[in-house]
Amino acid sequence: MAIKVEHELHSRRRGRNLGVGLLLGGFIAIVFGLTVVKVIQLGDARKFEAFDHVARPAITTEEPSQ
Amino acid sequence: MTDLSMQQTTQEAGMGDYFALLKPRVMSLVIFTALVGLIVAPVPTHPFIAFVGILCVAVGAGASGALNMWWDADIDRIMKRTAKRPIPSGRVQPQEALAIGLVLSGFSVVLLWLATNALAAFLLAFTIFFYAVVYSMWLKRSTPQNIVIGGLSGALPPMIGWAVATGTVGIESVLMTALIFMWTPPHFWSLAIFVKSDYGNAGVPMLTETHGLRTTRNHILGYMIALVPVSIGLGFTSIGGWTYMATAVAMNIWFGKACYDVWRRDESAADADNYAAEKTAFKVSLAYLFLHFSALMAEVALRTWDLGGW
Repeated sequence: MAIKVEHELHSRRRGRNLGVGLLLGGFIAIVFGLTVVKVIQLGDARKFEAFDHVARPAITTEEPSQ
Repeated sequence: MTDLSMQQTTQEAGMGDYFALLKPRVMSLVIFTALVGLIVAPVPTHPFIAFVGILCVAVGAGASGALNMWWDADIDRIMKRTAKRPIPSGRVQPQEALAIGLVLSGFSVVLLWLATNALAAFLLAFTIFFYAVVYSMWLKRSTPQNIVIGGLSGALPPMIGWAVATGTVGIESVLMTALIFMWTPPHFWSLAIFVKSDYGNAGVPMLTETHGLRTTRNHILGYMIALVPVSIGLGFTSIGGWTYMATAVAMNIWFGKACYDVWRRDESAADADNYAAEKTAFKVSLAYLFLHFSALMAEVALRTWDLGGW
């Protein structure tokens, strides 16, 4: 009689590991999706860039000349 | 003997056992009512944010279910209806349920805050707290009014859905919550009359057992009467309209008649037809809530063709 390596316990563990993997993948997809939606909702991408801590002359509005 | 008991206690849970901790059937009602609250709100929500919002409400509700099962494992073991739940049957350890409940509560509230706004997150946190602490730990074993007050946690999802979209609490969301809140007692007690429960053995005071069936019948009719102004009042707010009002009037007549039938008879009459009136009242109560919220959704759809509202 062949030795049966696969026990019922293994398939249950596999199911659980797969479930946890899918949940983590889903969580990453949700956070990524939220980020994309929130950035797009800003409308003007420069608003997003303006949060950068470095001075960006290209995105500052021009002051009226004297 | 030892081997057998070892096998029973070390049984590992499958994914489905963890999912069962979240009370998926309760979750479906929560998802439906929260979704209606979100859709009828006057502010449009980005579909993805709406999806995440509803998901957070569903997970939060599931987390409170897990915390409830952790706390109630001792009485669940005694009652026939609940003895097969994951903890009493030994498939999930109580500590696991507690950990899952707490972690999912935290995740759902924080993610809802990040995705939408602080008010929606606060309402979800309050709902979880109310169900797990106020209802499960305090009211359930101390008063026969447990399901009346505890019903608030089941009534709040449309208010959260509304808050996800608008960031506010309006008269509309208060009335949607009040509708479920007032509907819960006649719905639950009509079931409690015809289902032979063993709450008494578990030390849980249920109105049917503490005050008898006559008092329960009186309460069913009383709450039904109190439900009418809430149901009709909701029709006069900004989310109501002809379709909703026609549905509400018809359902109040139908459910009112069913509750009246339950009220007017005694035990001998109920025994004679195997609790037919009580079973009818329970079924009508399900249709009552489903059709009220469906009518609110229909008003939104009709409004896109300028047919909804007043």
